[in-house]
Amino acid sequence: MNTLVLRVATRILLPLILVSSIFMLLRGHNQPGGGFVGGLIASIGFSLHVFVSGAEALRRMLRTDPRWIAAVGLGVAIISGLVGPYASGTPFLTSAWTSVGGVKVGTPLVFDVGVYLVVVGAMLTFILGIKEQG
Amino acid sequence: MELINAALVGVLMASSVYLMLSRNLVRFVLGLALLSHAANLLIFTGGGITSSITSRAADGATAESDSLAQALILTAIVISFSLFTFALVLAFRTYETLETVDTDAMRAAEPEPSGHPGRTDPSGRPS
Amino acid sequence: MEKASARVPLYSRLVVALPAGLFVWFASMVPSVAGGEAQFASIGWLPQLGVDLAFHVDGLGLLFALLITGVGTFILLYASEYMRGHPQVGRFTAFLVAFMLSMLGVVLSDNLIVLFVFWELTTLTSFLLIGYSHGDSAARRAALQSLIVTGAGALAMLAGFVLLGNAAGSYSLREMLAGDSDLAGHPAYVAMLVLVLAGAFTKSAQFPFHFWLPNAMAAPTPVSAYLHSATMVKAGVFLLARLNPVLGGTDEWGMTLTGFGAFTAVYSAAVALTRTDLKQILAYTTLMALGVCVMFIGLPQSRGADEVPLGAVAAVAFVFVHALYKAPLFMVAGTIDHSAGTRDIRSLGGLRKAMPWSLLAAALAALSMSGVPPFAGFVGKEILYSSAIGSTYGVAATAAIVTANAMIVSAALLVVAVPFLGQSPATRPTPHEGRWPMWIGSLVLGVAALGAGLFPRLAFEWLLLPAAGAVAGRQPHFEASLWHGFNLPFALSVVTLSAGALAYWQRNRLTGALGSALARLPVTGDSAYDWLMNGIARVSVVHTRIVQCGIQRRYLLIVFATLGASVLTTLVVKGVIAWPARIPDVSFVEWLLAILIAASALVTIRSHSRLMAIVALGVVGTGIALIFLLHGASDVAMTQLMVETLVVVIVAMVLLKLPGFRREVRQTGLGRWRDAIVSCVVGLTTTLVLLAVTAEPSHRRLTEYFQKTAVPEGFGANVVNVILVDFRGLDTLGEISVLALAAVSAYTLINWRPRRSARAAARSKAFPEAEGAAKPETLS
Repeated sequence: MNTLVLRVATRILLPLILVSSIFMLLRGHNQPGGGFVGGLIASIGFSLHVFVSGAEALRRMLRTDPRWIAAVGLGVAIISGLVGPYASGTPFLTSAWTSVGGVKVGTPLVFDVGVYLVVVGAMLTFILGIKEQG
Repeated sequence: MELINAALVGVLMASSVYLMLSRNLVRFVLGLALLSHAANLLIFTGGGITSSITSRAADGATAESDSLAQALILTAIVISFSLFTFALVLAFRTYETLETVDTDAMRAAEPEPSGHPGRTDPSGRPS
Repeated sequence: MEKASARVPLYSRLVVALPAGLFVWFASMVPSVAGGEAQFASIGWLPQLGVDLAFHVDGLGLLFALLITGVGTFILLYASEYMRGHPQVGRFTAFLVAFMLSMLGVVLSDNLIVLFVFWELTTLTSFLLIGYSHGDSAARRAALQSLIVTGAGALAMLAGFVLLGNAAGSYSLREMLAGDSDLAGHPAYVAMLVLVLAGAFTKSAQFPFHFWLPNAMAAPTPVSAYLHSATMVKAGVFLLARLNPVLGGTDEWGMTLTGFGAFTAVYSAAVALTRTDLKQILAYTTLMALGVCVMFIGLPQSRGADEVPLGAVAAVAFVFVHALYKAPLFMVAGTIDHSAGTRDIRSLGGLRKAMPWSLLAAALAALSMSGVPPFAGFVGKEILYSSAIGSTYGVAATAAIVTANAMIVSAALLVVAVPFLGQSPATRPTPHEGRWPMWIGSLVLGVAALGAGLFPRLAFEWLLLPAAGAVAGRQPHFEASLWHGFNLPFALSVVTLSAGALAYWQRNRLTGALGSALARLPVTGDSAYDWLMNGIARVSVVHTRIVQCGIQRRYLLIVFATLGASVLTTLVVKGVIAWPARIPDVSFVEWLLAILIAASALVTIRSHSRLMAIVALGVVGTGIALIFLLHGASDVAMTQLMVETLVVVIVAMVLLKLPGFRREVRQTGLGRWRDAIVSCVVGLTTTLVLLAVTAEPSHRRLTEYFQKTAVPEGFGANVVNVILVDFRGLDTLGEISVLALAAVSAYTLINWRPRRSARAAARSKAFPEAEGAAKPETLS
């Protein structure tokens, strides 16, 4: 699979895929998309990288174990759920919204970022685990 | 529309059960994948889809299927994927450890009662 | 285990502040509780079921709370020194503290269900504490035994609680005690009684469930001193005392409690004399004390009902007295074990010079235990005697308690006189006194026993009478004093002391006779327990051989066949098989998709090539994604497509490393037909269920709610996403947790290579017995 064409194509494609995954994540609240889809798109991009340059290259690029990404995502999701209870005494995971320069910003967005990170972390954990040991 | 989806769910379900009843661990894992497809389609159809869908759907979604069911399925897809991957890894490690994919030969946890010689031969073992 | 040079971790000393602080807090409640004001606090837990986290401090609860925290303070201090140098002090301390808090929960709960939960928590923490030296098979067995015996009793007790709660109309103890529902006349009264007593008797180790307590001496000594003297085993006594106003007062109650209690007291006092291990002697005297408490809670008084409820006063006073002398004696036994290296009284003697402080503490405790004036034990014994004399079973009860007490005097001499006095055996390392935390607690408790004896009025007014009032259900008018004059109880005290001294003097002859009598018992609790456990194991072997064939696909076949058959039968019987009234016009695209998916599923089944099967599986997934898309579910469709891509990637990576299908052991023709039939039935059933579901008008209440509120409340137009991240955020949180967990598990699984590595060797070196007992199945 390690052909020159694929390698060059990946070098161009990977940033594009990652950007589009974040685009998917951010637009998810109003249009099709969201953390799950975004995370999956990013994972596909990364797995392309694994196939072309190997698991070691991806680890170098990430600079951290993907399990950490999943853990951080989980933490972000939980913390986003604590904002509501902390700010206004509502139950855990109740959304809290505020307006920043006319744009509505709320904890569900942060939660979705957490989902994104968990999905990316988990998928990369699967792929790297299988690739390295299989 | 429900009819055709229901029939399709039935076919997928039957295929998956048939595969899972196999002695081959690999076929079992494939059956597991089909099972989650069948389940997702089942929830989707059961949640209520508006009928009279035609090719118009291609230019902009005109039909609204149940958004709650959609949310359920969306998470179900990701969950079943992780279950499937785990099962796959488990199957792989089982093969590495026991050197067979024949589930009848996997008797480490529940060994044959003594006095009854193994009924199965380890033919799943690659020679 | 002990390394004198090792440092005591700071936290194990600091943690002493917790029980000490709680003790002070509870002590501050004494005046108001003694004045008749009970404290109450409640937090809603399961209000729908009438279960609230309600706590209630009355006289009885407060007495126990003070004992638990007061003794707990000294035990934790003692343990910090006793466990010096042990590698897992932290765990030990944590268990002890957890135990203490659960025990507090038991004595302060107002709700029966909450009480049960705390009760079980004490069972679990004591399991961990008894089995603390898990390398020792005796400790493991003792831990499991106590767990099974007290756990089984507790389950019976829970059933009793449910009956009780239903009969009384409330699970709240306060309401139960305040209400005057006539439970004694309830048709289920005997069932309640038996079930609740099963819990209390197993926990408080009454005969015939007594055997686990002596075995539990395998625990480290601080545990024995805490759990098996002052606190945990008293939980059963506490429960009986607590429920006495509700369940008591009947003939059944009086006879059962008095009978079991008296027998346990006399029997275990006799066994205590035949033991030579200090802790075993103390364990059996503890059994005796528990028997006495149970007996006096139940003992019916023959004098008029408006008389003083002497039985309740006697039981409560004895609980208090016992805690003050038994914990010090256990702690001293542990100190002796530490410094002299043995607990066997046959090889102990002459420690008085080496261990003066321990001697002092032990002597104070033993004098109180023997009931020598002016110790609290004397006061307690006088009340026991006058209560027994005034009871319905006058002579029999008095004879039993005097006999038991005489033997206890003997046992007290045995545990103190033998090790400390006399000549020291020559062949022994020089014993030394323990550091101050090892004896300070025993000394303080011993002095407290003396103080309570000298000023009985103080102890009774503030602590014991409010507690006895809670047990009896009415406030007793009782004048406590050290000296009652030359009366029958005093004469009996003199008899007890002289008989005990005589028995000690003639102990060789006596123990010989007792030992041979006990050896002739046909069955002991321990052997009955073993017989039961082996029986269960044998039954399960037979049962497993019948039910579990060990072949995975046969299990699955049973599961699927049952599923298909039962659901299909239900559909037919209920007559809900629906067929669409009209065949809707299905578009060409849909037909095409359906056929494509069905065909691919069949290819997955039939294919002999793994690659082909993978591709077919991918087509199925993609086709389903297209179906989602056709119905406007674009989020789901996208997700499905992405996942499908990843599935194919991962499957291709793994599956190609596994052997191909051709090698598969093919089913015989008959087996294949059987599988095919079962699969078709399951498939057909699914189809029919789905048709039946869709024939009904769908309930879109939730969906409509979500669609209506998504924009105004969730600020998002994509309803699916708003549901995921906002309305049903907790579900999604659970789901991503599973995802992360599955990933980590798969990663661990694939990287885990079992090997008899250096680590495993180190482990087997550290716990040789654990390794030998539970050798892991080696997979070859």
